[in-house]
Amino acid sequence: MYPSRFAYDAPTTVAEAVAILDRNGGEAKVLAGGQSLVPMLKLRFASPERLVDINNIKALDYHRLDPDGTLRIGALCRHEDLEFSEIIKDSHPTLAQAAALVADPIVRTRGTFVGSVCHADPQGDWAATMIALDGRIVAQGPNGRREIAMRDFVSGPFTNALAYNELAVEAVIPPAKGKAVGGYLKLERRVGDFATASVAVALDMNGDVVTRAGCALAGVGGKTIDANEAISVLVGKTLTAESIEAAAEAIADAADPRTDHRGSADYKRHIVKTFVTRILSGIARSEQKAA
Amino acid sequence: MALDELKIGGMGASRRRVEDNRFIRGKGRYVDDVVLPGMLHMEILRSPVAHARIKSIDTTAAWEVPGVRLVLTGETMAARNLAWMPTLSYDTQAVLATDKVRFQGQEVAAVIADDPYIAKDACSRIVVEYESLPAIVNPVQAQDPNAPLIRDDKENQATNKIFDWEIGDKEATDRAFAEADVVSTVDLHYPRSHPSPLEPCGSIADYDRATGKLTVYMTTQAPHIIRAAVSLVAELPEHMIRIISPDLGGGFGNKVPVYPGYVISILASILTERPVKWIEDKSGNLISTGFGRDVYLQGQLALRKDGKILGMRMHTVSDHGAFYADAQPTKFKIGLMHSTFAAYDVPAAHLTSEGFYTNKAPGGVAYRCSFRVTEAMFFQERMMHAAANDLGMDQADFRRVNLVKDDMFPYRTAFGFLTDSGQYGKCLDVALEAIGYDTFKEEQEEARKRGKLLGIGISTMTEPLGAGNSREYDILGIKMFDSAELRVHMTGKAILRTGAKTQGQGHETTWAQIVAHELGIPADDIVVEEGDTDTAPFGMGTYASRSTPVAGAAVAMVARKIRAKARKIAAHLLEVSEEDIEWELGRFYVRGNEERGVTIQDCALAAYSNVPDGLEPGLENVAYYDPPNLTWPFAAYVCKVEVDPQTGVWDVLKFVAVDDCGVRINPMIVEGQIMGGLTEAYAMASMQYITFDEEGNCIGSNYMDYLLPTAWETPGFELHEVVTPCPHHPIGAKGIGECATVGGPAAFVNAVMNAIEHTGVRNVDMPLMPNRVYEALQTGQNVSGMPPVKGD
Ligand SMILES: Cc1cc2nc3c(=O)[nH]c(=O)nc-3n(C[C@H](O)[C@H](O)[C@H](O)COP(=O)(O)OP(=O)(O)OC[C@H]3O[C@@H](n4cnc5c(N)ncnc54)[C@H](O)[C@@H]3O)c2cc1C
Repeated sequence: MYPSRFAYDAPTTVAEAVAILDRNGGEAKVLAGGQSLVPMLKLRFASPERLVDINNIKALDYHRLDPDGTLRIGALCRHEDLEFSEIIKDSHPTLAQAAALVADPIVRTRGTFVGSVCHADPQGDWAATMIALDGRIVAQGPNGRREIAMRDFVSGPFTNALAYNELAVEAVIPPAKGKAVGGYLKLERRVGDFATASVAVALDMNGDVVTRAGCALAGVGGKTIDANEAISVLVGKTLTAESIEAAAEAIADAADPRTDHRGSADYKRHIVKTFVTRILSGIARSEQKAA
Repeated sequence: MALDELKIGGMGASRRRVEDNRFIRGKGRYVDDVVLPGMLHMEILRSPVAHARIKSIDTTAAWEVPGVRLVLTGETMAARNLAWMPTLSYDTQAVLATDKVRFQGQEVAAVIADDPYIAKDACSRIVVEYESLPAIVNPVQAQDPNAPLIRDDKENQATNKIFDWEIGDKEATDRAFAEADVVSTVDLHYPRSHPSPLEPCGSIADYDRATGKLTVYMTTQAPHIIRAAVSLVAELPEHMIRIISPDLGGGFGNKVPVYPGYVISILASILTERPVKWIEDKSGNLISTGFGRDVYLQGQLALRKDGKILGMRMHTVSDHGAFYADAQPTKFKIGLMHSTFAAYDVPAAHLTSEGFYTNKAPGGVAYRCSFRVTEAMFFQERMMHAAANDLGMDQADFRRVNLVKDDMFPYRTAFGFLTDSGQYGKCLDVALEAIGYDTFKEEQEEARKRGKLLGIGISTMTEPLGAGNSREYDILGIKMFDSAELRVHMTGKAILRTGAKTQGQGHETTWAQIVAHELGIPADDIVVEEGDTDTAPFGMGTYASRSTPVAGAAVAMVARKIRAKARKIAAHLLEVSEEDIEWELGRFYVRGNEERGVTIQDCALAAYSNVPDGLEPGLENVAYYDPPNLTWPFAAYVCKVEVDPQTGVWDVLKFVAVDDCGVRINPMIVEGQIMGGLTEAYAMASMQYITFDEEGNCIGSNYMDYLLPTAWETPGFELHEVVTPCPHHPIGAKGIGECATVGGPAAFVNAVMNAIEHTGVRNVDMPLMPNRVYEALQTGQNVSGMPPVKGD
């Protein structure tokens, strides 16, 4: 690969990284797992003057649960760390299911959760789970930290709300109110394929009543589709054939797909509806079994 | 005592591939690994649009980049009469565009610089002004009377049509249709695909003004043909050209043609007097080099009520892109399409073909098939599937009625091919038994209760390999045969060279096994070398599954010549007359006195130290093999799938492959070829194609859009064998490199269609992506894959 010429830094602290970003006034780019940025450099879609490689900032390599159940994912947590994580296996079913569907096993060893969210690819998997789970991004700039709610973070295709001198240091997922259930389904043509359509659903349950409902879609719009409002029809209800149908309809309506070589807009909308139905019916069945 | 053939790595031994020693250690030597002193690097600027007039090209800024040594455009090429070059199909192709660009990705300019980064930087500074023209992306558009003329560079080319061609007996076929009880029809598109070898194309041209010699390291499957072509195009004497094809990272037909990049690097080396390296990137390879297929296949079968086929009609409309640059035997405009239905007893047949120019990349190559037989066999098996349904007959029974029976060989097909041997019925029976054909109906019922649709698909076919006999097959007049040279050294070790060129097929392993079989020299004592035109005997190269049928036969024949000479030496050593000598593997002995003998190694030593009077010293020879006929392997593939009716997603539950490729030299390599071929068949059936939008933008120019299946989703394949030796091949082999790619796709497609055709749908074009299958299920209508792809 023959990218344009660039300078390269590999700081070992967040402060140093932020200082470099700040000094370069928008001409520097953060390099995390490189699984999106390096292809862009290769194709010369991106030609930054400087790369700030954050892989040596060991303090960012973690994911952990706070005592209150808040999940914190550091900027160097790889897709693979989540795929094989014992920490999120039971507590975060939506993330656990998505982890095995992001890219392919090779890419998963390098790519990072936070990097994927920052990249804001409309077909990216993690941004959808973050919206469904009502997550936040912690950004560190020269003047300190701020938190950005996920629904405000992705501003368009491949654009996010970070300032040029801010580093996303952590993703935060708030604790469930009650029991966390959920799922992630993705239609792909091959392992490592981006989503033709995918659906992230995350519910908090109190007994058999839904207390919070989150949903987001990838691949079916110009950016990640926030379907939280559509799925809110479930709040305060139990999962029945009727409520599931109503939610699936509303969510499919929220999708904004385009016809292309992966399928017609109608087909993609239909897949969204089918996947929502499958995830919710699956939850209903396993809740019944548990009861 | 004769040697144990399996122990010396002879015929039938699943010997480990010797080439893998270097490949798995990362020690392979590909073109890009070659570094020559003073070497420069070349980058090509490609057209971003499919069809446009070039108004101007400004290279000033590119020349100004430090480290740039040369910038070439169509104009500079034209000054040396190199702006256009001949193709393998008697057309011309632009090397660098002068007047117009005719497809997206076409070569427009080249920069030669000190390193590839600089070359790429400078390319982006070349300013080209285009005046856009409407793009044509399918043959229907090409035929529109108002369509722009793509090849306005050619005299006497008033339309976008390239050729009309026909073969067969029209009247007899018309009569068969007049007598038919039932007429069945199909209308299919075999989409454009790409061989996509993992290593893209590349070359290093090294012109030495002092000696006048041009050495080119090149990714080519056919080095000798390239030498001749370079001699013609560059007007250099052939003995002053040396083509070296080092290790190749796959070819699959993609590395047969001459590409503009090769020619430009040669001119650049002549002009700069420095070696010039050009390595294409993956997108460059996908967007501009030899594609496969892109043919519309329409056909009809005339049928008697009892299932007997009376006649067959076929019409093909092919999309060749902007230049007719197909790599195929010259006589046959649409390759060996007329090999269709060769496995069936069809009394009358007629084929008509039309070819068209479009604004797409040129270079129809036989992507892992023998000159368009993939399309021929896909058509055949989709036609068989439709006909059995139209007759209300079982798929297997219908095939049994019509397959050529064992006692009908040699069998002359309606299009004039001669097939020689086979046990077609047996192969089918083995496959049906293995898949559990008898209990399928019950399984299908049971699945329906689970909300799933099961389908089963059969594909049975023979294909013509080993082009060819020189009476019928030539490329640009050069007759198709092949060669081998064997040099046995004093100590009984040997070097073998052939005119073929391995790209992953394992020639270094297999050829040694043939020599071991013929001479009893252990395979490990034989080194195999290919790909250097200064050392290898003349040959036509490796494609069309021709290596074992042709070059492999030459290997056996040269070993036999060596054995004949060794016999004379043995007689001398044993002091008996030649007639009293017997041969067993590895050894000559005196008839009636088995104890008295000499080994082949003894003879080798004597050839250099103790030759009888009147015999030339040495133990070396060359053989040229002109096959008497093509070889015809047979395969029966059966596939069982499960379709999810809510999404259109389908999974392969089981796939059985029964191959009869004649005698198997190295069974492990044969099985590897079948596994690889079925994987490619699965890819084409399920996910892989290159398509275009209305503007002629190529969709499939990178690996996010052009999907290669991985081990993850590729189903398992269960392999079985039947062996019917080829009667005219010296070791009874028929070739196996491509059977699975050729016969496989129809098995997958027939299976999916079987699962969904209760809706009334007759055809879904490949690839059978979930959205297409779902659409067919919803509408009961056929789904066409003809570009342009639908968009908002
Ligand atoms: C073959 C292949 C298949 C893939 N398939 C999928 C798929 O199916 N689904 C999917 O979701 N993704 C897929 N991806 C993308 C993959 O998940 C990437 O890993 C991910 O999108 C980016 O994460 P990264 O760590 O590699 O980020 P990088 O490539 O290093 O960076 C991506 C972008 O984010 C910015 N960035 C990264 N980290 C930070 C940070 N901490 N703060 C601020 N900015 C930051 C970078 O500057 C850059 O602009 C695929 C990638 C490949 C190569």
